[in-house]
Parts: sequence; structure tokens; C-alpha cells
Amino acid sequence: MINAILVFNNHGKPRLVRFYQHLAEEVQQQIIRETFHLVLKRDDHICNFLECGSLFGGSDYKLIYRHYATLYFVFCVDSSESELGILDLIQVFVETLDKCFENVCELDLIFHMDKVHHILQEVVIGGMVLETNMNEIVAQVEAQSKLEKAEGGLSAAPSRAVSAVKNINLPEIPRNINIGDINIKVPNLSQFM
Amino acid sequence: MALKMVKGSIDRMFDKNLQDLVRGIRNHKEDEAKYISQCIDEIKQELKQDNIAVKANAVCKLTYLQMLGYDISWAAFNIIEVMSASKFTFKRIGYLAASQCFHEGTDVIMLTTNQIRKDLSSPNQYDTGVALTGLSCFVTPDLARDLANDIMTLMSHTKPYIRKKAVLIMYKVFLKYPESLRPAFPRLKEKLEDPDPGVQSAAVNVICELARRNPKNYLSLAPLFFKLMTSSTNNWVLIKIIKLFGALTPLEPRLGKKLIEPLTNLIHSTSAMSLLYECVNTVIAVLISLSSGMPNHSASIQLCVQKLRILIEDSDQNLKYLGLLAMSKILKTHPKSVQSHKDLILQCLDDKDESIRLRALDLLYGMVSKKNLMEIVKKLMIHVDKAEGTTYRDELLTKIIDICSQSNYQYITNFEWYISILVELTRLEGTRHGHLIAAQMLDVAIRVKAIRKFAVSQMAMLLDNAHLIASNTQRNGICEVLYAAAWICGEFSEHLEEANQTLEAMLRPKVTTLPGHIQAVYVQNMVKLYASILQQKERSGEKEGAQEITQLMIERLPQFVQSADLEVQERASCILQLIKYIQKLQIKEVPVAEEVIALFAGELNPVAPKAQKKVPVPEGLDLDAWINEPPSDSESEDEKPKTIFHDEEQRHSRHRQPEIDEEELARRREARKQEQANNPFYIKSSPSPQKRYQDTPGVEHIPVVQIDLSVPLKVPGMPMSDQYVKLEEERRHKQKLEKDKKKKKQKKEKRGKHHRHNSLHTESEEDIAPAHHVDIITEEMPENALPSDEDDKDPNDPYKALDIDLDNLVSGKPSRPLADSEKLPVQRHRNVETLKSPDSEAPLVEKKSKKPKKKEKKHKEKEREKGKKKEKEKKVVEEEEEKKGEDLDFWLSTAPPPASTTQPQSEPEVGAAVVPEAQEVKKEEREEREEEEEEEEGKKSSKHKKKKHKKEKDEKSKDKKKSKKKSHHSEEETTESVQNGTLDDEPLPPMSSYRLLAENPYIKMTYDIQGNLQNDSQVTVSVIFENKSTSFLKSMELNVLDSLNTKMLRPEGSSVHDGIPVPFQLPPGISNEAQFVFTLQSIVMAQKLKGTLSFIVKNDEGSTHEKLDFKLHFSCASYLITTPCYSDAFAKLLESGDLHMSSIKVDGISISFQHLLAKICFHHHFSVVERVDSCASMYSRSIQGHHVCLLVKKGENSVSIDGKCNDSTLLSNLLDEMKETLSKC
Repeated sequence: MINAILVFNNHGKPRLVRFYQHLAEEVQQQIIRETFHLVLKRDDHICNFLECGSLFGGSDYKLIYRHYATLYFVFCVDSSESELGILDLIQVFVETLDKCFENVCELDLIFHMDKVHHILQEVVIGGMVLETNMNEIVAQVEAQSKLEKAEGGLSAAPSRAVSAVKNINLPEIPRNINIGDINIKVPNLSQFM
Repeated sequence: MALKMVKGSIDRMFDKNLQDLVRGIRNHKEDEAKYISQCIDEIKQELKQDNIAVKANAVCKLTYLQMLGYDISWAAFNIIEVMSASKFTFKRIGYLAASQCFHEGTDVIMLTTNQIRKDLSSPNQYDTGVALTGLSCFVTPDLARDLANDIMTLMSHTKPYIRKKAVLIMYKVFLKYPESLRPAFPRLKEKLEDPDPGVQSAAVNVICELARRNPKNYLSLAPLFFKLMTSSTNNWVLIKIIKLFGALTPLEPRLGKKLIEPLTNLIHSTSAMSLLYECVNTVIAVLISLSSGMPNHSASIQLCVQKLRILIEDSDQNLKYLGLLAMSKILKTHPKSVQSHKDLILQCLDDKDESIRLRALDLLYGMVSKKNLMEIVKKLMIHVDKAEGTTYRDELLTKIIDICSQSNYQYITNFEWYISILVELTRLEGTRHGHLIAAQMLDVAIRVKAIRKFAVSQMAMLLDNAHLIASNTQRNGICEVLYAAAWICGEFSEHLEEANQTLEAMLRPKVTTLPGHIQAVYVQNMVKLYASILQQKERSGEKEGAQEITQLMIERLPQFVQSADLEVQERASCILQLIKYIQKLQIKEVPVAEEVIALFAGELNPVAPKAQKKVPVPEGLDLDAWINEPPSDSESEDEKPKTIFHDEEQRHSRHRQPEIDEEELARRREARKQEQANNPFYIKSSPSPQKRYQDTPGVEHIPVVQIDLSVPLKVPGMPMSDQYVKLEEERRHKQKLEKDKKKKKQKKEKRGKHHRHNSLHTESEEDIAPAHHVDIITEEMPENALPSDEDDKDPNDPYKALDIDLDNLVSGKPSRPLADSEKLPVQRHRNVETLKSPDSEAPLVEKKSKKPKKKEKKHKEKEREKGKKKEKEKKVVEEEEEKKGEDLDFWLSTAPPPASTTQPQSEPEVGAAVVPEAQEVKKEEREEREEEEEEEEGKKSSKHKKKKHKKEKDEKSKDKKKSKKKSHHSEEETTESVQNGTLDDEPLPPMSSYRLLAENPYIKMTYDIQGNLQNDSQVTVSVIFENKSTSFLKSMELNVLDSLNTKMLRPEGSSVHDGIPVPFQLPPGISNEAQFVFTLQSIVMAQKLKGTLSFIVKNDEGSTHEKLDFKLHFSCASYLITTPCYSDAFAKLLESGDLHMSSIKVDGISISFQHLLAKICFHHHFSVVERVDSCASMYSRSIQGHHVCLLVKKGENSVSIDGKCNDSTLLSNLLDEMKETLSKC
């Protein structure tokens, strides 16, 4: 079982928080902070597994994380999950994000938190892995956004127009992470999937 | 109106959407909190509007704020509103918010039930999907109960997308509503063979989660998973299955044997590291489970270790880490194969990655031996010096101490070396573990008597250099060692050479800067020192010296009297007065030393850390029983007396005391009084207390573990642990030479004599004798302490509720079908007739899901009839199929080819693919197996016959029950006294439950096994040792090869290969009894454990080592505990229908029925419930709560026994054993 999925940036700002057990908001923030400090200490060339003690409650839990450019993707899992499998799952998740957002960067995650959640829900539900095939995930996500667009029609048009207008004033959104960085070595990816 | 619409949409143009909110927060970095509170106010306004789009937008923003740590539960109702929007766009936002913030405590959650049900049955698959996803996060017991049936229906949805989600969510439903597991399980199992790989993977996922918590219930699925494993190509599924097998093998070693082949093949063939790693892990689990049974798997171990070495040597840190992790699992059972890679592991200590270093340290812990301990610790000490960062250094420090102290200092051959290591560790600055070092010093000094002199000299030196250690007391944990140093110097002051100097060191003004508790120990122990100096001086007649020392104390003590710490102050002022008084006496020239020393007479013994906790509750003491009568009648009336039988569902709450009625209480009270009267340890009010404990002045009664003696060694001056390493080497060399000489001598002398060498390979661990004659005093424990450790059991484990027996459900046996009460609640319209079982629903669902609900009713009845017919047919087919194929025992006992062809219709190709491969490899094993098969088949056919006769028998037994009931009243009085079959006056032949264990010319061992009432997984084996020779037998040590199921309980910290010393020695002709506790997992089958007793025979000619092998047979009867049962409860139990039935018949019985019953009672631990003429009902209960009921009937020359029990295996094994007993009559 996956106990929690956290995404935060190099400064510890949460970008996606998904706990699969109920915890009060303060506790969640506390866990995010502590996880961040644990992960931050580790440089990029050491292993991606980390025993987190009783941070998440049980002693069985383990943190498995990947660091992409400015973002940390951290999965907290128990012993029933395969460590290398979860590492691959993180890669699948990030690649899916990349496909859905077309060159994903931190800002996409910041401004479209809801969409990120919806994508995640096609990968993991209730702490259990739902789908690991990227094409299948992308297909389902796209089918749903199509449905949303079809529904939206009239009512969504004005709000889209408004946000277009609002965006005009902004300087070009800096695309500071590139999926180029994301494709860091995944030793077993090709064989695994 | 139109104007209002336009206004609404213009308003909305200026509402913030999520992006605006995020942008706003980013622009208000300085006053973020203020900005957000503003936004929340706006959101509150938006939520008040009627427009659902506005509300959805607001809820979406709230979800974002929730991520930042803001509580949004106040908007729960609005979230529900958005969830019930008709548009998918909004619905999705609502469910997302709900999944983030709803939980069991959310009170409005109950309002969602109908909405969710509606969404679940929506024609739009994404509505259903979103509802399922949301539900997975916030399902409550109520929701689970109300929606279980709907979700179960979705498991057969036409769209795989919905099916796989529904399957996964069922797991959450099971957790919240365990009752749903049984009815849903058949369908879940069906999904394992779903055509869609995603659904299949989901089902595997769920069953793996379930099985991980309660593996034994899922053993019967092993064949199916085995098939999946050999056919699946999805690595995710494979990993899950292989992990599952890892959890199952400990319960069924035969499964492990079957797995080794395919797993080894996978290891060789796969290129996916994740799969390889899991395979290696499971192979390790298998090997562990087989370690007792099959010694010859060294090839597999080698393969695993090899592969792991490759992982560890890989440049990828992740693989390195996992390799070390898996290595530590092998280490536990096959330390030798890991030890050869010591170099590699020591290398990992230099790794830059801390996680890897810590893993390597863990491994080292298990790799030490007497031989390499010094070397490894030396390396670690080097690392301690090099380590940067206190956390890692502290970790090293604790590991060094752990490594050295493990298993009662098992690997330490030279305690001087260890003390000097500890002293060296005190030089670490800023460590937090001062108290740990201190505890070790105390422990070693107290328990290893021989080392005290050396320890005292070292401690005196520490005290002398206290200024170095205590230089920075504020943040310095290391000064804790002074606590130990002061105490050791004080307590063992007789060993101190320069006591004066030490006393002065303790009286230095600098001492007052130490923490209070350390000063207190200083003060107390300087008196001990003072006392011994005084004695010394008085003996040698140095009156002046004695007075001087007194004067010194009087001068220096006031600095402690002024201490701010109360403890120090109190002790110091008390002692100061005492010493002033002594001074007065000294002036009068009265000798005082003896009296002063008497203050500290006697020795302090170590007490085991858990001793207090382990004082057993005396028999007959019922802590839950009322001491006085309960306060009022009304309360006690509420507690209706229950039957003493719990049904299966309740069994997990075994620890609960059954409520007892008055009669029972009175009976128990009586029994308790009796008990107390006979119990010498019970302190009675009568003036005849037996001072059992006070009589024994401690020391002599401490059990002493002897370690063989050797040359004592003394190194003066400041010890450097390194020099011990050299000395040790020299010493070993010498020893070896001596031994070689001895051996030669022995060979010359003992040529032709009967002589058994204990393994003679030189340099083996056992040969390294310790440098000192060392007694390690074991810590004191209360008498009869239960060695159990119940600390880790968590009574609130949510997964325990899911420990539900699924076997009979799965294999379609009629023994325990779904009861009406177990069916899932279905929401229905007013006049729906009978409940239909979810089973019969199964074939319908696919059609049903397409149909609109209103039409359904008419069709329902027709279809139900059809369904029933279909089902009947199906059942017949299934049963036959399952009898052949699904029976786990059958599957396990046959070679793979027939197993994989058991379901030829479904997947013939797979079967064919497996056959040739397996055939080749297993040819040799096959012959053996075929024999087994035949036997198995023999059993099978008899089973068939039994089934045919079953109905008749059932009817018969019903009749009997009736007759029993009739006779119940008249017989009641007699039944009471019939208990245990000792009614008649007829003399019974003497019986002994002790059976022969093993025998040789020196010793005879007999044993008896008793279940342990307090612990459902323990039995106590009492062994009587009888010395038959004329020699003295000593150093007896009993060891058994643990099986996976049955393990000998060894003292904490000792390894599974250690024997347990028998706590006595045997003079010629004497016998004595020792008890050994074994833990068991499953009790349904008899077990045999191999073991060895090693002992030393000592007579005038010298002493020899002897060994005696034995086989310890745990019969199923030994798991039963004689439990009385009233006939009404007995009848209820039989009627409950939860029990399996089986029977035997034995011919040629000549003994009387009375004797027969007595035999069964005595040997098989039953009690007689009722006896009518030549027919008796008997009852017993296993330590794990199985009820066993027997009906024994005697014919002219034969006896037939019908048995009923919760567990069919247990029953048939019991009956077999009984048959054996009876056939001896």
C-alpha cells in the first residue's frame, strides 16, 4: 500500500499532497516539512530509499523518492510494495504529467493542481496502484478532459476568455524545468514496463 | 431576469479562479496569511451563491488551500453540493475536495450515501469512476456497509476501467466492513482470471494485501497464483504474486519446494531488476522456511548470494542498498554464506551514502563471531574516529555496543579488551550515548565477576581524568560514564589499589559541576570507598591514617551539602553527620571500621529488565473477578451469561474473559481457596509464613553460566584495545599449538577406546577459549516467569477483523455456506420478497447493469429461477472440478504436470508449456511423489465415500442429540461427577503421560507436552532427565532444529542455533525435570522436531562429551487442553453447524468402556460431557480455541468415534492419533 504521495519543490513548498489515511492538516504540514528536511540532506547520487522511522505512524513505512530538476516526488509505502517498482511508478507518473502538460514544469503543477490530482487518480487510488501503462493513463485522462470540454461549452467560455485576458498582463511564464532533466537514468525502466 | 443572468456572468468574470488565487498568493509573499484569509472570506461569499459553477470554483480553490495546510472541513456541506452537480466537471471537483478532507469524523458524510449510489450506477463511466475514486479515500464503515453491494456489482461491469477500480475499492470496503469479505470473495477470486490484465492486476493487488495480513486464509489460492505466476508477463503482477508467495511459504513448506524451480528460472531469465530482486527475496523466504526440513539447497543460497553480490557491487546506489537489505535476511539463517562476503560489506562502510553505511552496519551485527569480533570492532573504531557528523558516529557507537553485547556477550572472549573499548569510547566528544556506555560498564562489571578488578582500575583512572570527560558538561552526554565509574569504584572498592587517590579524585571541587544525579552517586560511593579505606587502615593499625581520611571527608563534604540538587544535599548532609560521629569515636580510639563497612554489606544482583512484568499471575487469581459483590443487582443483570463458546468471528478477541455466572464464580472461589491452601508461596494470614525468598541470601542462588577457563592475563597501565588484538592472536596461536599436542596425546592414549570427539576442525569458533575464566551472571527473574513476549501485539490492529476463514467458501464445500446474516445489505424497494444470495446474482449482473432499474423487478423473478438452476449446475461442475484441482494438499503433493492440467479447459497452453520444463527437472523427485500421490488418492476415495454417508450420519447424530437432550435432566448429577471419566469404582491401570524421548547408557529422557492456557501459540514440554550411569552428568544442553511452524523459545538475544542449558546437573541415579517452551503457529497437524542433548559425563577417569539425538513428537492431542463443558453448551455447539465432521472405527477392543474413556481423557486431554450406557460425548478445546466434540460409541468388539471440530485437518489428525491409542488396547 502507498500511504502518501507528496510533491514539493526544492524549498519545501508543497505542490501535490495526497495522503491515503486521514490526518489533520497541521499533521500533514508537519510531515511534509520533516520529509522535506530528510530528503534535502541527501545529494542526488545516493540511494532513493529512506527509512522514515515513525514519521508516518507505522514502523513499516519507507520513503521512496525521485528528484527532478526543482521538484521532489516522494512516495511513502509499506513493505508490500516493491521498492524498484515504485521508483518506476514515479517515473511513469512524471512521464504521464509530461505528456498531459506537454513539457511539464513546476508552474504547470502550481497552477493546475486539480488536473495533477486527476492524473494521479488514474495511476493510484486509495493507496493502491491502479494502472501502470502510460498510454492507458493518458487515454483516460484525455477522455475525461474531452468530456469536460463538451460539457463546458457555453458556461466555461467566459471564464476561459477571462483567464486569457488575465494572462496577457503576465510576463511569459518561465518554463524552468524541462522534461529533458526528467529522463535521468532509470536503470531498469525499459525492461520493467 | 435576463439582466440578472448577465450580471451573474459578469460577476463571475471578476471572481478569482484557481489560477488567480495561486497568482495572488505568489504576489503576496510578505502577507500571505492575510491575503489567504481575505480569499477565504471571498470563497465563503461565493459558496452562498446559487450558481453551481461559482460554488465549484470556490471548492476548487479550497482544495488548493487545503494543500497549504488550511482546514476546510467547514465547507463540507458545500462540497457535497458540488459533488451532486449533474455536470462531470463540477462533480469531479467536488469529489476531489471530498477525498482530500472527508474522513470518518465528518458528520455530513452520511448525506452522501444516496448521491454516491446514484453516481455509481450512472450510465457515464467517468461519473462512476470519479465516485469510486472519491470513495476510496473517505469510505466509512457506514458507507461501506450501505454501498458494498453496489460496488460488488460494479466488479462485473462491462467496462474494464470500472471493474478494476471497483476491485481495488473493495479492499477499502473490507477494511471498514469486514463482514463483506465472505460474500464478495468468490467474485474477487473470479477477477483473478479476468480477461483484462488491468482488472487481473487489481485483483492480485487486493488479494495480496489481504493475504499479507492473514496469510493462512489464502493458502488455498496458491495453485491459482502459481498458474498466474507461470503465465503472466506483467511484471507488476509478477512482483505482487512473488511477494505473496513470500508471505505464504512460512505456513506451508511444501509450497516453498514447489516454488524454488520456477523462481530460480525467473532469476536466471529476467532482465528486470525489480523482478529479480523480489524473486531473490522470496527464494530467501522459502529457504528460511525449509531450513529445518531440507538441508540441501546450498545451490539456491549460492545463487541468491551471488546475485546479491552483483547488486551490491553495482554502481547504482539503489541496487546496492537493496542488495544489502536482502543480504541481511539470508544472514539470519545462513550466516556462513554471507560471512564470506565480509570484505564487500566492510567496503560498504566507506560508502558516501549514509543509508548504505547503516545497512552495512546492520549486516555486520549478524556477521561477528568469536573469531572476528575484535577485528570488526577495530575497523569500526577507525570509522568512529573518521566519522563526520555526530548522528552517524553515534550510530556507530551504538552498533559497536550492540555487536559486542549481543546474545549475552556471546562473542566476547576477552572482557579486558571490551572494557578498554568502552573506555576508549568515552573519549568521543559530544555523543548522546554516554548513558549507553555507562550501562554497559555497569552490566559487565556486575555480571562478569572476574573482570571486576580490571574494571575497577580502569574506572579509577576515568575518575582521575574526570576533568577531560566532563570538560563541557552542558551538552555533553559522555559524563554519564562517571556515574558508572563512581558506582563501580565504590561498590567493588575491595579491588581498588590506590583507594586514597580515587577518593581524593572524587572529592575534587570540580565534581560539583557535574549533573545532580551523578553527584549523588559520587557522594554515596565515596562513603563506600571511605569505609573500605577505614577498614584497611584499622587492620594495619594506622590510626593516624584513618583519622586523616576522616578529616579529609569532613573538610570536603560541605561542598556537596551546599548543592542545589536535593538528592545530593540530603545524602551529603546525612553522611557528613555520620562521619563526624565516626570522628568522635575515632578520637576515643574505638574501632569503627567493621560497623561502617556493615552499612554496605551484601551484594547487589542484576535484575532482568522485564522481571517485574513477567511475574506470572498465580493460578486461580482472576483479576477480572469481583472481589466484593458487585455494587447493585441491576448491573449484574445486564451481563447475561453467555455460552463459553465463541463463534468464529469472535475468536480474534480471544483474550477477553468469558463472562461468568454466579455458580461458576463460586466454584472458582472454592478452587482458589484450595489452591491457596496448597500453595507454599501464597502468603496466608495464618502465622506460618514460609520465608522462601528471605531464606536465600541472593548470591548462591544466582544461576551462573560457566565459560571454560584458560590462562588469565594481566596488562598493567593504560589499556589500548589494539594491544589486545595482538595478544589475542598470540594466545590463540598458543592454544592451537597446545591443542594439537593434546590431540596427539589423546590419539595415542585413547586408541581403541570408545571415544567420541566433538567436531575437531581446528580454528572453529567453538575452539577459541576465552582469555578469562568468566562467570556471566544471568539476570534474576521471578520464579515461573512466562517467557512470552506479548508486548508487540496490537489489540487495535484493523486487519485482524479481516482474519476470516474463506476456505470452505472458496472450495465450495457445503460445510459453511453464507448465512443469511452474512449477505450484503441490498437497498430495495418496498415489497421485495426474499433475499437473494449475491452468488446467484453473479451470472445476472452483466445483463442487469445495462437495464434501467424500474423494469428490473419483473425480470428479476424469472431470472432468479434461471439463475438458481444455472447455479446448481455450476455448483456440481465446480465441486467436481475443485475436488480434483483446488485441493491444496492434492496440488502440493503432486508433481507440477498433473497440477497444471487440472483446469485444462481454461488454459491448456499454459499447462503444456509448464510440463516439459518441470518434467525434466523433477524426474528424480517424481518417483517419491508418485508414491505419495497414491496414498493421497487412497485418502481421496475414502473421502468420497464419507461424503455419501454423511447425510445418513448427520441424521443419526441429530437423533442422538435429541435423545441426549431428553436424558439431560435426569443425568445431570451424574454427568458432573463423570468428568474425566473417573466415575466408576473400577480400578484403572496406572497411566503415565510421559513418553520416552530417547535413551542411551547414560541418560534416559521422557517427556510430556502441555498446552499453555495463557498463550494460544505456546506449549510447554516437560522433560525428565534420568541419570542411569554411575557418572556425574553436567553441562547438559538441549537443542532442537526449529521448524517453521514450531520453534523452541530461546532466551532473548540468542540465535536459533543455540541450545538451552538444562538448569541442573545430575548425580548418578538421580532424575530431574526441566521445562522448555515452544511456540507454534499452526496446530492442526502433528509435528516432529529433531534435537540433540549434549552433556558432559564426569567420572573418575575424566570427563567426556556425549550427545544424544532425539525426535520430539508434538501430537495434535498435546495442543488440546482439558476443558469441562456443560451439556447444554455442548448441544448448542453441535447445532451451530460450524463444525466439520469426521469419524473412525476401531475393531478388536477388549477393554471396558470405562477404561476406554479414561484413556481418551488422559492421553488426548478430553473431558466427558455426558455418558449414557455405552455411549459418551466428550469435549476438548485446543489452545487456539478450536472446539473438538466427540461421540464415542462402544459396540461389542469395536468402538466408533464421531468427531466434530472447527478445523477438519485437526480433527482428522486427532482421530488418527486416537485410533492409534485405541488399537494398542
